[in-house]
Amino acid sequence: MEALWLSLKLAACVAAILLAIGMPVAYWLAYSSWRGKFLLESVVALPLVLPPTVLGFYALVAMGPRGPLGKFWIALFGHGLAFTFGGLILASVLYSFPFAVQPLVASFEGVDRRLLDASAVLGAGTLRTFWRIILPLSLPGVVTAAVLSFAHTLGEFGVVLMVGGNLAGVTRTVSIDIYDHVQSLEYGAANRMALVLLVISFVVLSVVYAVNRRVWTPWTAK
Amino acid sequence: MDGEVTGTMLTARIRKERRSAGAASFLLDVSIEVPPGITILFGASGAGKSTLLDCVAGLTRPDQGRITAGSDVLFDSVRALHVLAPKRRIAYVFQTLALFPHLTAEENVAYGLRDLPEEGRRERVGEILNAFRVQSVRKQKPGEISGGERQRIALARSLVTEPRVLLLDEPLTGLDAALKAAIVDDLRAWNAAKGIPILYVTHSRDEVDALGERVIALDHGRVVSAGAPMEVLDAPRRKKLAQAAGFENLLNATVLDLRESDGVMRVRLGESACEIEVPLGYAAVGTRVEVAVRAGDILLATERPRGLSARNIIEGRILSLEQRGTMVIARVDFGVTFVVHVTPGAVRALELAPDRRVWLVLKTHSCHLVD
Repeated sequence: MEALWLSLKLAACVAAILLAIGMPVAYWLAYSSWRGKFLLESVVALPLVLPPTVLGFYALVAMGPRGPLGKFWIALFGHGLAFTFGGLILASVLYSFPFAVQPLVASFEGVDRRLLDASAVLGAGTLRTFWRIILPLSLPGVVTAAVLSFAHTLGEFGVVLMVGGNLAGVTRTVSIDIYDHVQSLEYGAANRMALVLLVISFVVLSVVYAVNRRVWTPWTAK
Repeated sequence: MDGEVTGTMLTARIRKERRSAGAASFLLDVSIEVPPGITILFGASGAGKSTLLDCVAGLTRPDQGRITAGSDVLFDSVRALHVLAPKRRIAYVFQTLALFPHLTAEENVAYGLRDLPEEGRRERVGEILNAFRVQSVRKQKPGEISGGERQRIALARSLVTEPRVLLLDEPLTGLDAALKAAIVDDLRAWNAAKGIPILYVTHSRDEVDALGERVIALDHGRVVSAGAPMEVLDAPRRKKLAQAAGFENLLNATVLDLRESDGVMRVRLGESACEIEVPLGYAAVGTRVEVAVRAGDILLATERPRGLSARNIIEGRILSLEQRGTMVIARVDFGVTFVVHVTPGAVRALELAPDRRVWLVLKTHSCHLVD
């Protein structure tokens, strides 16, 4: 159960961080007219196509005591980032980035531009328009982003293994735990954990689909 | 912010090029003056009306020009000055209305009033909802109320902010005439006290007649004429406007004689022998004029018609027939070539075919003089 608790904690932290970082990035991707935008779009989508081991490998190198991030972290906190819970969060944030950003971009883009214009001529600046108009109308996208990054983080394996290793209570998440049990031929234990993960994933996806089923498209007169 | 708005004049000199991939570039190049009261901006779709309003509102930045409201400069390309939309105090009612779907009617109207204390805000919102007679739907969301109510809410939301200029982009499309008139009356009553410039975009002649004190006609990004509605629109005075208003036939003609008592004159079309009667215009015998005729205003007959009030009956020959959707475009030679729109049914019933002899029937007042 320690592994499950760790996984849930990790997923919750990652989802929260991703929403905070994802919103400005998604806002920029949705509304910028910069020509080179496709470059950032590609970077955001990279974790979708890269094998988790590749991502994990680079993350590990960067976090290692000789990597730029590792050096910075050691200077700041006196200990390394690799094989810690913090390192795990960082790598997971990278790994789940597209799962948060893409639903946000899609829902921001779905907001009728004329509503933003209307907000502007009524005296609202960018920030007020975001909080009062864009965010409430993108709520299904925000829920989707949160739930998908939570679920995706819950199920990750390769990145965790590369960056976190297998330290009980620190980096041993459910998926690693299951792998461990199978390696030790403890099929009963593996089965219990697998079942828990299956049920959680199903519930989470049901929430996403149920939210998106709600008809809440911006109303326009025609 | 000054509370004094009476007598404000809006002036805009705007040059804006729009490039879009695949489409031809579009150039808006206009200079307009809008005094207090309602000024109609009239033109076909794609004439640049919405781009012009977006520039005035500050939603689009012109390439060059200068926009002022009263003594305030809102945009000046020379000084690189561009006041952002939220700071312009220019209200804008969009064609789609753009009511916030997740807010109630009341919250929509209060949206632009956040600087007021809660109490003052409620009072102002209540007043304007009463003035536009939509008090009863104040707790409902835009999706739950009727089209007319939505239009009133959109107007109220814009006007409650005490703007110094009001831009209306076809705000009343889709309403029946009575409802339209009622809303226009409310708008007029409101502006009688405020006296701000209102720029009202439409391509409906009905609305021009109902509202218009002044009309600015826009075509292909340029002002083609401006003045009272009768002067600008009744007889197309310029070639550009005639084309924009859908005149398929534009013919050169020479004035032969003037029959002032009948209010008509005879002209000869092009170099042909074909003579027709057109409404009397400011022209002397022997001068050249241009005559505009809509392809849909012309009748074709396969025998010489008798007993008609139409004064122009000319014999000619069909050059070609071309079906476009549910309409057949006939090109007919009468010494000059006319484009005539007929229905496929008429083509079958009259057995129209190329080289067939036909008579053209044209009412005097279907011929419009062009400057």
